[in-house]
Amino acid sequence: MSAVIASADGDVRPEEACATKTGAQILWEVLVEEGVRTVFGYPGGAIMPAYDAMAAYPIHHVLVRHEQGASHMADGYARASGEVGVAIATSGPGATNLVTGLATAMLDSIPMVCITGQVPSHLIGSDAFQETDITGVTLPITKHNFLATDVNELARCLREAFYIARSGRPGPVVVDITKDVQLASAPHAPSRGPLRLPGYRPPPPPLDRDLEAALALIDGAQRPVVLAGHGIVKASATGALLEFVRRADVPVASTLLGLGGFPASHPQALGMMGMHGEAWVNQAIQEADLLIALGMRFDDRVTGNPATFAPHAKKIHVELDPAEIDKNVKVDVALVGDVREVLTALVPRVRETRRAAWTRRVALLRDDAQRRDVVFGGEGQGEGDAGALHPAQVIHDLYRLTDDDAIIVTDVGQHQMWEAQYYPHERPRTLLTSGGLGTMGFALPAAIGARFAHPEREIWVIAGDGGFQMTAPELSTCAQEGIKLHIAIINNGFLGMVRQWQEMFYDKRYVATPMLAPDFVKLAEAHGVRGARVQQRGELEATVQAARAFEGTTVIDFRVTEEACVYPMVASGRDLDDMIRRPLRALPATEPGEESNDA
Amino acid sequence: MPETPAPELRRCTFVVHVEDRPGVLNRVASLFRRRGYNIDSLNVGTTHEEGVSRMTIVCRADRGTAKRIEANLYKLVNVLRVDEITDAPSVHRVLALFKVAAGPDTRPEVLQILAAVGARAVDLGPASLVAEMTGSREDIERLAAVLEPFGVLEMVQTGTVAMTRHASRPELHAPLPDAAE
Repeated sequence: MSAVIASADGDVRPEEACATKTGAQILWEVLVEEGVRTVFGYPGGAIMPAYDAMAAYPIHHVLVRHEQGASHMADGYARASGEVGVAIATSGPGATNLVTGLATAMLDSIPMVCITGQVPSHLIGSDAFQETDITGVTLPITKHNFLATDVNELARCLREAFYIARSGRPGPVVVDITKDVQLASAPHAPSRGPLRLPGYRPPPPPLDRDLEAALALIDGAQRPVVLAGHGIVKASATGALLEFVRRADVPVASTLLGLGGFPASHPQALGMMGMHGEAWVNQAIQEADLLIALGMRFDDRVTGNPATFAPHAKKIHVELDPAEIDKNVKVDVALVGDVREVLTALVPRVRETRRAAWTRRVALLRDDAQRRDVVFGGEGQGEGDAGALHPAQVIHDLYRLTDDDAIIVTDVGQHQMWEAQYYPHERPRTLLTSGGLGTMGFALPAAIGARFAHPEREIWVIAGDGGFQMTAPELSTCAQEGIKLHIAIINNGFLGMVRQWQEMFYDKRYVATPMLAPDFVKLAEAHGVRGARVQQRGELEATVQAARAFEGTTVIDFRVTEEACVYPMVASGRDLDDMIRRPLRALPATEPGEESNDA
Repeated sequence: MPETPAPELRRCTFVVHVEDRPGVLNRVASLFRRRGYNIDSLNVGTTHEEGVSRMTIVCRADRGTAKRIEANLYKLVNVLRVDEITDAPSVHRVLALFKVAAGPDTRPEVLQILAAVGARAVDLGPASLVAEMTGSREDIERLAAVLEPFGVLEMVQTGTVAMTRHASRPELHAPLPDAAE
């Protein structure tokens, strides 16, 4: 590092005072430099020097009830803001409790830095009290990790951690800091100098030859479909995608994590594709002659049987990570790069066109499927205000009653899929959900994290009764922080998605899925937040509005019908258009020519 | 749809330059393990450049998998450069040691065999000798077969090390990322 730095006006001045700081102070110095204002954590022996130093810095610490909560909060903060989320924990069990949150962030490419304390350097390898090899444990579920055993290297490690977490394809990074490093001192100067990452570089931009090949495919296609993934959200590529769609006239299917990346109300928006995608979306993909995949990775939940996936379609894959190319689905043209940059390069060169026949065909597919819709006339309709609650209707009612820019944080399971189907998202980062890992217990802590990214926005947790119980103690965190969340528990007394699979594929043997839940109203009150219960549709609106008007957190226990299933469904490994469709219960009769839908 | 035939597996050789730091070998090995890539051999050692280690990794993969192995290796932060040299003109060498049960009766014959294939005895004992052979994997296999009847007490071999033939030096240093960005 050079001893002098040049200021903006060209003067050379001595480097800012190289004050001596402890490792603990250097940690917070660098976090403040990196723009961190909130950290989520839990203290313990090996991280105590860091906690002791924290008070002197403009950092708000949120005390969680379990370190898993800290990792999901950092994740939720990052998903909501686009900034790096930070969690902090002690060695051993504190660190291992972060593991589920790290794996969640890894599979969804979430920028996150987790700081862990470690036993003193001289005890490493001795099975000391609360010693765990956390860099070893987290190696396959982090983008990178560091073990800091030299206080002189600490600042650089931390800066590299933030740089790695947020750049390229983002991901979680662990920095494990031994207790002696936290206590030792070293000269420290605020510096944003070059990092020492000789092996870390962005891939080169796509070749013009490949852009030309992609343009030729797009211009020549009769039945193209865009597959919009999480990359659209993370690259802030919504504007570029809208412009692309306007010129090239292509309908847009979204992955679960892509929802919000393209406005749901846009006439070309198809909705979610895949295992629980709407029938018209999957059908359109199977009929397409060109797929333009933007920032998505052809997950098995999206493609169904890869051998029969979009059999007539050429495929263009725009993706930041070269290791995703041809991994699950072989593509004809790969454009490796930031999806916004690639779209921006394509837009002025793509031929402006209208594809009237394809638009009519897609509209026809949509009409056919919509008649089965829960909200628009299918199952559950007509049960009336006095009738039982259908979970999908509850979620659609929440959509009607909440702000346009409300942030919805879902857990994992049936309610998550109904949310994706019945809560249309107009803007990016308004749906936060664990897609790749499918982590139950994610929603409440992630929503707490989102709250610190957006103190004013309306935020709803939608969780099942099973997943909510996994991290419910974080209600105390809400109470202690005095924050406002709305929590909708879609309570059907079952582990619903597993029960649905048992109903469909295991001859209705409901093994280990009926679940006794606590009285969620009392549970809420015991934690110092408000509780409410909705058992009939007529009670829903007033209860929701009361929660919105209340200054603190409200938990609403929605007692929904027990055995509803998420439709349509492509069974695991089946062809994407081999769907189990919604029953036509509310309609008078099956029309002639209607296919049998029991796949 | 017709079943697509399984792509052909071939023995692929990667030359991987990495930062010489603690844990890097673990990161590379862990990548191969968790992605289900099969390692035939992995050799690691220092290079002419300080702070840089060089690995030669041989594994069985089809062409598509080989491309993704390369891309995944590049995702490791400490990996500087990856070259798949399977199809490049290159030299591949394995070093093997054989401890052969060769007493006074059979020793001359064994020494003759070693001389004929360019191997040599590096240790002589009353009842055994240690032979050293450097060559291709096939050379080593052939020698092993020839020595077998004499009684091979122990055998050890390094993984393959490999180098391309063309006269250039691999570029290891990309521009440093700028944290101020």
